[in-house]
Amino acid sequence: MSDRQAMFAETPLGRRKRRTERVAKYFFGFMAMAMVVPLLLIVGYVVVKGWPCLSWEFLTTNPRGGGIRGGIWPALVGTIYLVGLSLCVSAPIGVLAAVYLNEYAKDNWFTRIVNLAVVNLAGVPSIVHGLFGVGAFVYAMHFGKSIISASLTLAIMTLPVIIASTKEALAAVPMSFREACWNVGATRWQTIRRIVLPNSISGILTGVILQVSRAAGETAPVMLTGVTVYKAVSDNGFFLYTLNEQCMSLSMHLYYIATQASGAPPALPYAIAVVLLAVVLLVNATAITFRVVLRSRKKW
Amino acid sequence: MIRLCGISAIIFVFGIFFFVFREGAPFLAKLDWSQFLFSPDWIPTSQTQPKYGVGALIVGTLSVTVLAMAIAVPFGLGAAVFVSEFCGKATKETLKIVIELLAAIPSVVWGFIGLCVLNPLIIQTFHTPIGVNMLNGAVLLALMSVPIMVSIGEDALKAVPDSYREAGLALGATRWQIVYRILLPAAKNGLLAAVLLGVGRAIGETMAVLMATGHSVRIPHSVFDPVRTLTATIAAELGETSKGSEHYQVLFLIGILLFSITFAVNLIADLAVRGVRKK
Repeated sequence: MSDRQAMFAETPLGRRKRRTERVAKYFFGFMAMAMVVPLLLIVGYVVVKGWPCLSWEFLTTNPRGGGIRGGIWPALVGTIYLVGLSLCVSAPIGVLAAVYLNEYAKDNWFTRIVNLAVVNLAGVPSIVHGLFGVGAFVYAMHFGKSIISASLTLAIMTLPVIIASTKEALAAVPMSFREACWNVGATRWQTIRRIVLPNSISGILTGVILQVSRAAGETAPVMLTGVTVYKAVSDNGFFLYTLNEQCMSLSMHLYYIATQASGAPPALPYAIAVVLLAVVLLVNATAITFRVVLRSRKKW
Repeated sequence: MIRLCGISAIIFVFGIFFFVFREGAPFLAKLDWSQFLFSPDWIPTSQTQPKYGVGALIVGTLSVTVLAMAIAVPFGLGAAVFVSEFCGKATKETLKIVIELLAAIPSVVWGFIGLCVLNPLIIQTFHTPIGVNMLNGAVLLALMSVPIMVSIGEDALKAVPDSYREAGLALGATRWQIVYRILLPAAKNGLLAAVLLGVGRAIGETMAVLMATGHSVRIPHSVFDPVRTLTATIAAELGETSKGSEHYQVLFLIGILLFSITFAVNLIADLAVRGVRKK
């Protein structure tokens, strides 16, 4: 062995270090896998158990026999109504609020309080949002237990997260873009409309889409404010539900069938869970793809 | 107009407090605080002498949350370290996506999984008479709060300047030593915030614990005892009360209690995160 080789030969210390290195890597890798693997196993298990029940009719017919036979069409429609309506309220308010906080507001105590309020609003438990919905919409505003109460409650619940994600998207637009625009004499609003919003729209939309899936899966607040266990949709007319009546939702249907309905076929709750999971995960996957594609197109 | 939307956030926070408080307030006058908070007797439906003590419910919430955190904190922070320090770019992106999907699973589905998958599993493994108990709820809450810990924890680790890592490497430290001696102390605040946000999520969680913890009001003696939490009580009982009754008002008071607890937890987490940013 020449001197040079001896110099770079592995010492016992070096070997020990490499071993701890490897152990550390596998240790932390195991920690990460311990969360990923259960997810895949559970989703797989639920899909396998629910498969026999799934069919096109299952999705598009009214339930019969108190929900234990027939399909889940009204629950699907109810979920779409709730999510759609709540977004109509929370998306515009949320985006405008974020524009205000990020583009107009000066950094003073007032802005800091608003930001703090947003953060805390996001941390309020969903069941407390439900109580708020009961107090404010069901009783104080006399909407009763209805689709409109439930979707307004969902709107308040999703609002802070939309504000936060939109703010992040807006902050990602480089300051130099805005300065260039101001320098050619544009007003603040023109700058926002022509420069800031087009450049951050992908991030804003991703944040909003993610709230679709959150609102679709939420149970506790809508359970208190307007979702019921059984309400078939009417066959005639364009609007399957009217806004002042109660509706069904996928999440509530799963809760009801899994805990309270007796005599349901064992595959039924699994099938509902599969549909709910499919809705939520598809929406999320859309958001993720969207983000990846648009990010790769960014020029800065 | 735009300013109004910004201010709306404050209005909603006060609105929530106001409306929840308004429904619960009439009962405040005749409320015996020490009995309300510490008595374990929750017999709201009794005709003759209803008792409203949320002691057992608070213990239920705390015990499930603490057990959940005992499971979730090591795994969550370990996973955050792995994602941020140990894996390649492709693995990292994949893992982040999976974690995002994990966070998206609705709580009612978790509850259903607790009922139909974990329940028989716990009965078989530990030979307990029932599987819907504290352990079941805690495992679910752990799985639910891990994603938020990973994403916030990873942000905190990412915020540690690379020069710290390079200095460690130059001294001949192994990556294990770097994590343990450099990253964890440097990212302390951010990691604390990650854990606190996980705690906030676990305390506020409703459907999963409603379905998976067994729903019996008592002070648990072991992890295999069924418990009931504050959130689950509101969800299960509000539908059966009539507006304005004592029971109804007490449930709103529980809501205020929950609101205050999570408010405090989130405030501390927010301060911890801000501490990180200032550096």
